[in-house]
Amino acid sequence: MIQERHLGDVIADAIIYVVLALLAITCLLPFLNLLATSLSSLSAIEAGKVGLWPVGFQLDNYGYSLADPLLLNSLRISILRVAAGVLLTLMITAITAYPLSQDHIHLPGRDFFKGIMLFFSMFSGGLVPTFMAYKSLGLLDNFAVLVAPTAFSIFSTIILINFFRGLPREMSESALLDGASEFEVLRWIYLPLSKPALATLSLFSAVHHWNSWFDGIVYMRTSENWPLQSLIYVRVITRQLQWDSAAGRGATGGSGSAELMRLFEDATPEGLAAAMIAFAAIPIILVYPFVQRYFVTGLTLGSIKE
Amino acid sequence: MAETATIAPAPVGAQAGGRAHIPPERKPPFRAVWQKHWRMYVMMMPAIILLLLFNAYPIWGIAIAFVDYNPFQGLAGSEFVGLEHFKRFFAAPNAFNLFRNTLFIAIGKIIAGQVVALVFALILNQVRVRLFQRAVQTATTLPHFLSWIIIGGIMVQALATTGIVNKGLMALGFPAVRFLGDAALFPWTMIGLETWKEFGWGAVLYLAALTAINPELYEAAAVDGAGRWKREWHITLPGIAPMIILLSALSLGGILNAGFEQILILINPVTYRTGDVLDTFVYREGLLAAKFSLGTAVGLFRSVIGLGMILFSWWLADRLANYRIF
Repeated sequence: MIQERHLGDVIADAIIYVVLALLAITCLLPFLNLLATSLSSLSAIEAGKVGLWPVGFQLDNYGYSLADPLLLNSLRISILRVAAGVLLTLMITAITAYPLSQDHIHLPGRDFFKGIMLFFSMFSGGLVPTFMAYKSLGLLDNFAVLVAPTAFSIFSTIILINFFRGLPREMSESALLDGASEFEVLRWIYLPLSKPALATLSLFSAVHHWNSWFDGIVYMRTSENWPLQSLIYVRVITRQLQWDSAAGRGATGGSGSAELMRLFEDATPEGLAAAMIAFAAIPIILVYPFVQRYFVTGLTLGSIKE
Repeated sequence: MAETATIAPAPVGAQAGGRAHIPPERKPPFRAVWQKHWRMYVMMMPAIILLLLFNAYPIWGIAIAFVDYNPFQGLAGSEFVGLEHFKRFFAAPNAFNLFRNTLFIAIGKIIAGQVVALVFALILNQVRVRLFQRAVQTATTLPHFLSWIIIGGIMVQALATTGIVNKGLMALGFPAVRFLGDAALFPWTMIGLETWKEFGWGAVLYLAALTAINPELYEAAAVDGAGRWKREWHITLPGIAPMIILLSALSLGGILNAGFEQILILINPVTYRTGDVLDTFVYREGLLAAKFSLGTAVGLFRSVIGLGMILFSWWLADRLANYRIF
């Protein structure tokens, strides 16, 4: 059906498209500026000539950043953290969500567990008691502190519970009657049917781990244990560009400090900062457009389905 | 993660069903349940252990707030002082500032975030070109997935007096603005940046609610001669009103979440007066300056109020929109 369109409608549409395009551009400009700065020459940055396109294209800023011995190390820790964190969260979430989603099975104590879980999603001891507790558990400077405390994600578990509840019960019930154990039902029936939900949860978990930095700052006393974004916090935000890596400790610290200082003299703080931040931002910017729909379905998973 | 709470349907019948007219069934003894379903308990065990270790065990440390904590002697060796640290904190001149800053920034973010996300969703919903709609949504949700380290690192430079934003302003004839260096402006900068980072993501649930509105309603209204604005007013707004009520109610739970990471990254001593919030204070004084008892006391106070607000927001969401977390 072709509708007659008023002139007012056409103008309104035009305004809408322009406003939306501007909004979308506003969300992208800072990152274009970041990439342009990281790829521009020292003189262009200092003269303030860099806008959205590199001026005096060069890769020196990335070279200087990589000369920082902690950068590749922190990248390694971030990647390890994402891999271990996602795997752990996924496993814990799946095995926890299954019993919590089987409402028709009478399990004494389950509601109590749900209550406790909900309570701790709202209440924590606070930063200082948590720090003291983790310290007494031997978690300071321990890689486990980056993955273990968030391994059981209440948010992910609730999403998966709701997804499991929507799966047809007949298949699992007949499997149970045929003598399959509940482990097998989860492994061979529920998990294969939940691939989209699990993909979504993995992505959320991966982004969470890639972006986390505060735990690295608080619980990691040795700079060699910092993930990438914690390192960026120290180098770029607190501007300790010539951070004396634990005062000459071992492999990275020894000759590192003096050498780093000399290197950083040749670069602009802006260019270096941009390059370091780009290391953290580029993976997400490159991958995000292709996985955006998983995030969106993840958020709406519980609300659409009845 | 708190702000991305799932919107789950209330489990209709899960509680009401089976109870009304049937005489209460004899619950099977636990041994029988265990024999049949012990694997279910095994599956819940790792999560229980993690909760006990990382969530329950630290609660014990709240006791630090009621003693003069000496880290070398531990809790047992520290002197009990009761509510002394709470009293001292509330008597200090900056306590009022901390509360005012926290509430101002948090409430500002809630209001601006909800309004911008809703208006944005309504506008984006007008677009009939799917590709354009998806491109805009991808671009506007991207900042949500980048950390405050990345955004903050960019903004420190972009918002400086010599930064790209001020260059743009000056090119248009405006004076330079010290977004991050002017104490009077700092809270507004925080609200603005947060809104910019999150409005696209905040609109996702509204868009989902908008697409769920029956298109026949619009066709029928168009046949009846309702114009564009009339249709928006009489169909769209009532259609997503439940979602607006629900998200607004739930957002009350974050009334003390001024945005710890953002403020910690962007604040500096010049802006403490208007920008320092409870969370940054606890980190700086409690942990960095090692005033453990004071930090614990302020953190505890904040946690208790936060818990109350979340419970209140859930109660409100249940009353107004039949929302249940499970």
